[in-house]
Amino acid sequence: METDPELADYVLRLGDDALVTSQRLCEWCAQAPFLEEDIALANIGLDYLGRARLLLQYAGELLGRSEDDLAYQRDGHEFRNLLMVELPRGDFAFTMVRQYLLDEYERSYFTDLQHSSDERLAAIAGKAVKEVSYHHRRSAEWMRRLGLGTDESNARSQVALNELWAFVAEFFVMDDVEKSLVVRGVAVDRVTLKSTWSAGVEALLSEANLTVPEYDPYQTGGRQGVHTEYLGHLLTEMQTLQRRYPGLEW
Amino acid sequence: MVETIPMVNASRYALNRVRAQSSCPELYDLLDQVTDPEVPVISIWELGVLQEVMLAPEAVRVVITPTYSGCPAMGQIETDIISTLNQAGYERVEIERRLSPAWTSDWLDSGARERLRQYGIAGPGHTACPQCGSTQTTPVSEFGSTACKALYRCEACLEPFDYFKKF
Repeated sequence: METDPELADYVLRLGDDALVTSQRLCEWCAQAPFLEEDIALANIGLDYLGRARLLLQYAGELLGRSEDDLAYQRDGHEFRNLLMVELPRGDFAFTMVRQYLLDEYERSYFTDLQHSSDERLAAIAGKAVKEVSYHHRRSAEWMRRLGLGTDESNARSQVALNELWAFVAEFFVMDDVEKSLVVRGVAVDRVTLKSTWSAGVEALLSEANLTVPEYDPYQTGGRQGVHTEYLGHLLTEMQTLQRRYPGLEW
Repeated sequence: MVETIPMVNASRYALNRVRAQSSCPELYDLLDQVTDPEVPVISIWELGVLQEVMLAPEAVRVVITPTYSGCPAMGQIETDIISTLNQAGYERVEIERRLSPAWTSDWLDSGARERLRQYGIAGPGHTACPQCGSTQTTPVSEFGSTACKALYRCEACLEPFDYFKKF
């Protein structure tokens, strides 16, 4: 395959989003507040893991590396995921608020990516958009339940929202790689997603008796490999086996 | 009561036509033995996972599509396809995983829905209790024992049951 560093970087970004989100969701396995929720979080994590594999296989072909190599043999600064998804899982409210903000973003994102000129990305997006819509229905319902539930569930959700809000900035930032790929018809122009995202989030927050935080989001850097300190800890756990026994197979 | 003719939807119809017009129907018949390891009462053909089979001089080409991106059964399904064809004397098998068009529960064959019900799983779009038939049922969880199922409870007989998600 011809070298296409821009495309490889782009596919890796989307693959890393899915892989790191999956790892955080699966941390809830056997830890969730009740059994059905435990199963739900692990199931959603599995959807993300499936998406991560499709994307990392593709990125691997473009880069001449295997999907396992990309997942287990890279250091933190080589990861290209959005910062929001690497933050610790927090309490249940934090996990659900993050999932909702992400679902609202990914729903628009993958709807658009289905029209990518890159057929393989378009096909992966076609799978993702169906799964994300299913996740979104549930995370939006949880926002209502938490926001309109008890004083404590409302307060915890608001605290989570206030903390997560800083990281929303990165949803809508475009760098040269993505701008160039937009021109080629491959990538999604994320700037154009912002108004739909904001309208959806504001309507739901108001319905759930939660308040839009009063500051402008500002945290970015994940797409360039500048991460929070939490990613290293996540990778330490996720990569431990391959770090200890490189190339080990199941 | 008005009798209705069970209709095959357009996308399933298209799939059925590919098989009906195939030049190697015996290979489709062979692969009817391969079932979904997590729902062993329906074949991968009835599930819509098996998309197309082609007999080329050098190999049998089998096209499959995953139900969900992370479906962990795909590996087992591939192994089962290869061993079924190998046992029938087809030594070289190539499997292609196709993602587009994305799998939909509309591809579930109509006969398979009834077998699912007998097995204790309510079919997509029909949330009546597979045990007692009551329509007084409540969703317990949007997710269940596998990616393709949700969990319901019957308010009449109080039994929990799996529901094959409409997706």
